[in-house]
Amino acid sequence: MRHPTRPSGGPGYLDGVRAAAPIGIAAFAFGLSFGVLARSAGMGRLAPVVMSLTTFAGSAQFAAASILAAGGGVAAAVAAAVLLNLRYGPMGLSAASTLEGPWWRRALTAQLVVDESWAIAQRDGRIDRHLLVGAGLLLVVGWVGGTAVGVLAGDLVADPASLGLDAAFPALFLALLVGQIKGRSRLLAAVGGALIALALMPVAGPGVPIIAASLACLVGARRS
Amino acid sequence: MTAVWVTVAAVGLATMAIKAAGTLLVGDRTLPPRAQGALEHLAPALLAALVVSQALGGSGGGFAVDARLAGLAAAAVALVFRAPLLLVVTVAAATAALVRALA
Repeated sequence: MRHPTRPSGGPGYLDGVRAAAPIGIAAFAFGLSFGVLARSAGMGRLAPVVMSLTTFAGSAQFAAASILAAGGGVAAAVAAAVLLNLRYGPMGLSAASTLEGPWWRRALTAQLVVDESWAIAQRDGRIDRHLLVGAGLLLVVGWVGGTAVGVLAGDLVADPASLGLDAAFPALFLALLVGQIKGRSRLLAAVGGALIALALMPVAGPGVPIIAASLACLVGARRS
Repeated sequence: MTAVWVTVAAVGLATMAIKAAGTLLVGDRTLPPRAQGALEHLAPALLAALVVSQALGGSGGGFAVDARLAGLAAAAVALVFRAPLLLVVTVAAATAALVRALA
C-alpha cells in the first residue's frame, strides 16, 4: 500500500491517536457498558461486538439495544438508531474534501467518523485526515474492545456513570468547541446550534435536536 | 435471535451508508464557496449541540439534570485556566463521580 504523504509540519496519524487517548478510556468504559446492556437485552455475545464494529456509534447502539430489550420491535429499534446517526451525514460531508484514494477507500475511511474523532480532527474549519484516522482507529479499538470485554465479563465491572465518565463527553466537546470559536460568525453558529438543540430536546425524539442544530452552520453561507 | 441480527445488520448498513454518503456524492470535487463556508461553521454548531445534549439529555429524550452538569461546570473552570484537554476531561469525570458519591 502506498503511504499517503503529508505536508511537513502537519499532524500525523499518531497525533490523532494521542489527541483521542483521554476520551479513548471513556469510550472503552462505555463500550463495556454497552456490552453488558446488550447481553442482558438478550443480544447474545457476538451480535453486540459486530454491532460496535459496523455501527460504531454509541448513542444509536444504546438506543437500539434498549428498545429491543423493552420489546419495542425491530422497526422501532432501527428507526431510532438511524435517526440518531443521521448527523453523520453532514459530518461525513464536511470530511469529504480531505479523504483520498479510490471510492472504496474513501468510504472505508469515512467509517471512522464518530462525534469524538470528527471533533478532534477539526483544523482551521476543515477536517485533517491524519487526525481523523488516528483518533478514529483508537476509538474503534476502545469501543469494540470494551464491548467484547463487556459481553464476556461485564458483571465484574463498575457502572461508568459512578466513575463520572458520562461527564467526560460533554467536557470534551466543550473543550473542542472553545478552540472553534474564532470570530463572530462561528460564535453565532455555536449559539444557534445550542439554542436549536435546547429548544427541540423537550419536544423532539433523541437525534432530531442535533440534526436540526446542524442548520446553524448556514450562518457561514453568507456571500463574502 | 433473528430480530437481533436483523437489527444489527439494518442499523450497521444504514450507518455505513450515511457516513460514506458525503465522500461518495462529493468525491474530490470542490464545493461552491457558500457551501464550503457553511461546512466550516458546522463544527461550532454541532459541538455546541453535542455539549447541550450530552450534558442535559435524558435517556429517553427530554432533559435530565444530574452530576454531569457539575462535571461540565468544573470543565469550564479548567478551560478558563487554559488546562490541557486531558486535564479538562479528567476534572469533569472526577467532579461528576464526587458529586454522585456524595449524593
